Amino acid sequence: VEHNLLPINKSTPGTLYLTATHLIFVESSSNNSTSAGQEIWILHHHIASVEKLSLTTTGCPLVIQCRNFRVVHFVIQRERDCHDVYSSLLRLPYLFFFFSLLFTVSYEELYAFSYNPKQNDQQREEGWQLIDLGAEFERMGVPCDQWQLTDVNRDYKVCETYPRDLYVPITASKPIIVGSSKFRSKGRFPVLTYFYQEKKAAVCRCSQPLSGFSARCLEDESMLQAISKANHNSRFVYVMDTRPKLNALANRAAGKGYENEDNYSNIRFQFVGIENIHVMRTSLQKLLEVTGTRSLSMSDYLVGLESSGWLRHIKAIVDAAIFLTKAVTGEGASVLVHCSDGWDRTAQVCSLGSLLMDPYYRTIKGFMVLIEKDWISFGHKFADRCDQLDGDPKEVSPIFTQFLECVWQLTEQFPQSFEFSEWFLLQIHEHVHSCQYGNFLGNNQRQREELQLRDRTHSLWAFLMSEKQNYLNPFYSPAFSELHPVLEPSTLPYHFKFWRNMYHQFDRSMHPRQSILKTILTLRENSRNGESMLQALENRLQQLGVTPVATSEPPAPPPTRDQRSNANTLPPRPDSLILGAPINHKEVQRQVEEDGQEEVGEEAIEGTDTERTVEGSSATESRKQRYGELEGTYNSELAKEEPAVVSLEFGVARMTC
Amino acid sequence: MAVHVQNKRKLFLDSYHQTNRAQRSREREAVAFIFSGEGGEVICSRRLDHRTIQIFDRQLMELSEHIKTANVEDAVLRQPLHPAARGTLCVTGHHLLFSDREESSPQHFLLLLRNIDAIEKRMSGSSGTITIKCKDLCVLQLDIPGMEQCLNIARSIETLSCLENVSEMYPFFYRPSDQSLKDQWGLSSTEKHYSQMTDLHDRWRVSSVNRDYSVCPTYPQAVIVPKDINDEMLVKAAKFRHGGRFPVLCYYHRKNGMVIMRSSQPLTGANRKRCREDELLLQAVIDGSDKGYIIDTRSSQQAQQARMTGGGFESKSCYSCWKRLHRQVERGKALQESLIKLVEACGNDSHNMDRWLSKLENSKWLSHVQTALSTAGLLAECVERDGHSVLVHCSEGTDSTLLISTVAQLIMDPCCRTLEGFLALLEREWVQAGHPFQKRCAHSAYSHARLQQESPVFLLLLDCVWQLLHQFPLALGFSEALLLRLATEAYASSYGTFLCNSDKERCVSRVKEKTLCLFQALLRPKERRCYANPLYERTELAIWPSVHPQSLQLWRGYFLRWTQQARHLEEAQEEIRNMVILWEKMALT
Repeated sequence: VEHNLLPINKSTPGTLYLTATHLIFVESSSNNSTSAGQEIWILHHHIASVEKLSLTTTGCPLVIQCRNFRVVHFVIQRERDCHDVYSSLLRLPYLFFFFSLLFTVSYEELYAFSYNPKQNDQQREEGWQLIDLGAEFERMGVPCDQWQLTDVNRDYKVCETYPRDLYVPITASKPIIVGSSKFRSKGRFPVLTYFYQEKKAAVCRCSQPLSGFSARCLEDESMLQAISKANHNSRFVYVMDTRPKLNALANRAAGKGYENEDNYSNIRFQFVGIENIHVMRTSLQKLLEVTGTRSLSMSDYLVGLESSGWLRHIKAIVDAAIFLTKAVTGEGASVLVHCSDGWDRTAQVCSLGSLLMDPYYRTIKGFMVLIEKDWISFGHKFADRCDQLDGDPKEVSPIFTQFLECVWQLTEQFPQSFEFSEWFLLQIHEHVHSCQYGNFLGNNQRQREELQLRDRTHSLWAFLMSEKQNYLNPFYSPAFSELHPVLEPSTLPYHFKFWRNMYHQFDRSMHPRQSILKTILTLRENSRNGESMLQALENRLQQLGVTPVATSEPPAPPPTRDQRSNANTLPPRPDSLILGAPINHKEVQRQVEEDGQEEVGEEAIEGTDTERTVEGSSATESRKQRYGELEGTYNSELAKEEPAVVSLEFGVARMTC
Repeated sequence: MAVHVQNKRKLFLDSYHQTNRAQRSREREAVAFIFSGEGGEVICSRRLDHRTIQIFDRQLMELSEHIKTANVEDAVLRQPLHPAARGTLCVTGHHLLFSDREESSPQHFLLLLRNIDAIEKRMSGSSGTITIKCKDLCVLQLDIPGMEQCLNIARSIETLSCLENVSEMYPFFYRPSDQSLKDQWGLSSTEKHYSQMTDLHDRWRVSSVNRDYSVCPTYPQAVIVPKDINDEMLVKAAKFRHGGRFPVLCYYHRKNGMVIMRSSQPLTGANRKRCREDELLLQAVIDGSDKGYIIDTRSSQQAQQARMTGGGFESKSCYSCWKRLHRQVERGKALQESLIKLVEACGNDSHNMDRWLSKLENSKWLSHVQTALSTAGLLAECVERDGHSVLVHCSEGTDSTLLISTVAQLIMDPCCRTLEGFLALLEREWVQAGHPFQKRCAHSAYSHARLQQESPVFLLLLDCVWQLLHQFPLALGFSEALLLRLATEAYASSYGTFLCNSDKERCVSRVKEKTLCLFQALLRPKERRCYANPLYERTELAIWPSVHPQSLQLWRGYFLRWTQQARHLEEAQEEIRNMVILWEKMALT
């Protein structure tokens, strides 16, 4: 039996619509005229699973789980209808001939290829040009006297899953590269991913060597030698195997394995013990099972959090990134990072390490660059890991989600170091799974070129850049970053928290009703408006030939804080944190008006996070508990006495497809 | 006796005059510093005046027998987030003062001895190390040269940190230059509270039946009761309630005229005694309404068991209009043990994630927060949504009862959410209502002493308020800094507010005449700036907290206060304050 929370505070009757791209639930406004027709839109690509639960007296319950951790329950009144919705959800690929709803079978069917934000070709092209990795390596100071751009992979001949442009030590000749690549799993030979200019130390990445129990490769050994020589600060290079030792040992039996310190001169070998994709997938499943439980007690929550191991895995990744950072910035040593194939754990550790070392990656633009570099271009298998097509379920794993969570944990420790807020991370996560933009489609650059994504889809980065003001962190202080260019987070266990806003983004009742972040952003926006208004007035006065005198100045617009307090109401819990972001002054005012209208309803409905459960006849009791408003009611006894006060409706959905 | 004291005084003065000039000036500095500053803050010393010297004399006089070594040169102080400092340590009757040797800008560190929860000494060779664990959860280390000196200092700290006699405590000596004993003590009184709520007057009255504390030793002199119940009936009802705590009004809900009453358990005992006056009193409360709720903060099993020891609960047959709800809110020893476990978990530097989470779970602290918040939510729901009056009690009615009624008032009443309103609420519901602060806060989480009546109920309250603040960052007029300050002051204070266990005891010790009031001090303009919430926007609506485990958080600002992360968060909060001030200025121009 699935235990899940309703995404909405209260079960509401409404109508379910199926469109080519979305599942839309529209609340019927009959019961409460003030809150007319709230809508829930669910993108088909976000749907991870649809499950039909056993029939109850009200109807047939459906549970839809989404990849952005939204869980929706529908109760469909009649059994026949239910069957229709259910089967059409599964059969729609055949029913609608171009668009498939759930199990997409080819890339062309993904939303990105049909999504049109009303841009012309030039705007689309500009969007794609926003992030330029060549320029990024130049920013790091590469090419330089020790590192060069190689054209060995120009046609994806040496390594299919690497990008075309790769940076290697000057002393690494083509034969060395080719030889090394043959000795590495999937041909992923050591290449540069980050250059720490201050100490000329390099962060390189690759996949595991095909060493088996005793195999050697002279070219691979010279490749590491070349990396070592390119850095005069240190006599040796660290080799970080991000796997647990046991896993690496097991790989030897399959002809893979890890570097033997005896064969490679000047390396220091280190295991850091991050678990593999299967462990991570199971861990997240456990976590979601626990947090989705109804009437979860504090003890069960903490025990479940512990036994899921999720935070332990997050901590392991941060620990590895800190190890990398210390080696590079502290000792000035170069580091080679790998795992098995070098596209999951390696990507996590390299990108998080770079983020700790370089303040640029903690800006909005820099973070996009970082993802583009370490994740997209170096071939993290987004299509497989995020299950974009109906693929092998064993390939699905929340590796990128973990990376975003690690970054979030850091933002909690260093509130002043990041230009972006949590909303930025959530929005990226949303779109990694939405398949609305081309950036994350496919598994590697070669595939993306074949799909002609640049010509046929739009870039997420351009969209995020256009809404930049929504993602700003008001506490960001460039001065702080200057003072602390390298972050040294503490990894004591109590610094790691459960990321409620990610895993319960749509469970509105769990979130604070008021947000400091939002308020500060609004205040700042207003003060900016005020400032520019003042400036404009002064200019006007000057034009009129009047010298501004303090007393004669017209008053600036009053701060919105006053306006808002006039409305005298709490904002409703945002549907989604992202959608709830302040857009601008107008938006806020609109919000206020809505709030004003809703005030009565607000009190009665929105405030009901103290949900009540009706305990009626025993036959329906369990059902009602499962589909009641929410768990954790303050008083079941009170409700038992007072059925008249309680109003509880179930989502009565009718299919109109 | 008098001769003895005079001799001692002479002896002391002699030795005082004999000490060399330099040392004396340093001592004076220390004293001046003590009298100008407030616990833990570092302020530069000021010049002495005659009066402070006298007070200094008296203070040392009475306690000097416990001080064998008053000064130690060349001690080393290690405190969290600071580099180790070398300097002079000075023990006075109530303080530990450390001045470092920086010539240009000498730094002083002042610690109220009362704040020390436990010490550990470790000897190595000719020197010793004293680890000081404070009630505000700070852990300090002092390296002291000379074994004898070290032992002397340790002994002084041990004795002076847990003085039993109230009148010897520091609040009776604390005389900062900018505050005076003539200032008003306290913010509010029962009479004032009553006069502010005019809606109340036709059905409720102020009774001074307890004017000499004979009816209930833990209640204040005046209480609010139904008009129909006369004083004689109150006296009889008091006899039927544990500790004489008969039902009194603590909150009146303006929106619907419903009230919150609080009391202690009825003394029904094993043979189900009844008390007609008590029944009439409760009937008078719900006069005109069909029913009321009784929230008993014990489980029904506990309530049943209480009958064996003379306590009990309101039975359905005798109180037919009252519906009893049981919610077990932990208090007493279990709560103290929970705090000890939590603090131990937070102090553990192990890097094992699973161990941390299991220790956090094992401490049960967050479960207690959850229960307290949801019980308060239930109470508020009964009053605000359901529109019925509520009586809340546990057994003594001095702990979880107050916790629940306070949080419920914060949820419902916007007046309680301002800085003044909140402090007045604490004064009414905790200080005047007789929460035994002295017993409950005698020791905190580090003490090895055998537990007696210690229990961090007040801390649990502050944690609940913090959770509210966390979920409604704009709805409360005060900041986290205030909660932290109150948490510190409840355990060790320069002010008299949290002294003693009840109004009666405070009256006997003449606390209101001889000490300063913390709440008044917190409302001075300078202090107010630190403790007001810059983002505060008053809302008339009830603020219903979410009690999902995912919505509740460990109060890192308190339990991990002395870590680097807490400092980063503080900086961010400071940033907010500055930004808001800047924008407000801009809006004004």
